[in-house]
Amino acid sequence: MQKFFHDAVEFVPILLQGVWLTIVVTIGSLLLSTVLGLVWALMRVSGIGFFVGLSASVINVIRGIPIIVLLFYIYFVMPDFGIALTALQAAIIGLGIAYSAYQAENFRAGIEAIDKGQIEAAQTIGMGWWLTMRRVVLPQAVRIVLPPYGNIMIMMLKDSSQASTITVAELALQGKLIASSTFKNTSVFTLVALMYLTMSIPLILLVRHFEKKANHK
Amino acid sequence: MIELNDVHKSFGKVEVLKGITASIAKSEVVCIIGPSGSGKSTILRCINGLESYDRGDISVEGARVNRDDRSIVAIRTQVSMVFQRFNLFPHRTALENVIEGPLYVKKEPREQAIARGRALLAQVGLAEKADVHPPKLSGGQQQRVAIARALAMQPKAILFDEPTSALDPELVGEVLAVMRKLADDGMTMVVVTHEMGFARDVADRVLFIDGGVIVEQGAAKSVLNQPQHARTQDFLRRVLHPL
Repeated sequence: MQKFFHDAVEFVPILLQGVWLTIVVTIGSLLLSTVLGLVWALMRVSGIGFFVGLSASVINVIRGIPIIVLLFYIYFVMPDFGIALTALQAAIIGLGIAYSAYQAENFRAGIEAIDKGQIEAAQTIGMGWWLTMRRVVLPQAVRIVLPPYGNIMIMMLKDSSQASTITVAELALQGKLIASSTFKNTSVFTLVALMYLTMSIPLILLVRHFEKKANHK
Repeated sequence: MIELNDVHKSFGKVEVLKGITASIAKSEVVCIIGPSGSGKSTILRCINGLESYDRGDISVEGARVNRDDRSIVAIRTQVSMVFQRFNLFPHRTALENVIEGPLYVKKEPREQAIARGRALLAQVGLAEKADVHPPKLSGGQQQRVAIARALAMQPKAILFDEPTSALDPELVGEVLAVMRKLADDGMTMVVVTHEMGFARDVADRVLFIDGGVIVEQGAAKSVLNQPQHARTQDFLRRVLHPL
């Protein structure tokens, strides 16, 4: 135990640099996936054939490709087409795109849960599609969407570790590097696990808060 | 002001309207009665473009109703609608429901919209409920808010789609009273209803619809008291004396 604390004092500062990158990747890809997911979802419920088909195809293609392959593709293949991204940019874009499919399905479920009668009522007072979305549907859909959204945040935090495969020195990779140079696997990976857990707990509490709020309504 | 000329409408293979021709004059109160599934609600929904129609013409003050055209917005602000299930926005207070259209569709100044919204809520007897959310109101109160919301658009006519059918019996009266007041004030109203008492007392004219056609129409009292057509007689007997 004493040895563990001794190791901790030595490794935590290095691991914290990884924590920082983990947070950057998570927040960056969360924002991107939210925006993209909302776009796919709105296209899906637009009722316009072309957009419905396009968004359904995009979602299925994204869902059918492993995140790690998507990351490889963006980081290693895109340069062949003249698009060279830093590892961090590629990680954020890759995870953002990968998760946009799940965000989209979540948003769509929330939007479709709103009673059609309200949408008709909005139309009868002269509201167009976008105004109806903005004033009637989305404010209510947010409440429904939040608990699953919180879960997606937790999954993204953990999946940010996949960025390690394209050399982003986030927490998991930082841990692996220390472990392979010191052979203190137990201490290092215990610390890494504890750090992920520490970051997850606030999110888990947040989800619980969202759920309570949604049920209260 | 509302003209329907040989309106046909099918849902898939089922033809629900088989040539409806009718005209509703300004300040007229017309009740549409008939068995469920006869196409009554569909007529209302076609008038303000919630449904398209396949053949014929519908016009409001001379403007043709076409739900795929931009002009539908202008028509909808002139012809409001009140639904069977109220369809209030549950995340907004009674007052916010009422001022939503004036603020965001008609772009009225906020103070003006609020002042008129409060006056309308007072008119339907709900001044003290302005800041309450719909789920906390009774069905009758919700429907009165919905009527205030329709009035807030300052419409030339209001369509009522079975406005009391979802209400507990003891709450029907308060909604009908508000509608009666509107009729007295000269509002043009088309009301799909099963409330024969209301139709008899308030309507100028009654249309009896069955199987997608107007079977019988005329002055409210004559259609309801001395129906000429056998189907009307049969329907009225079953509605007025269910046992």
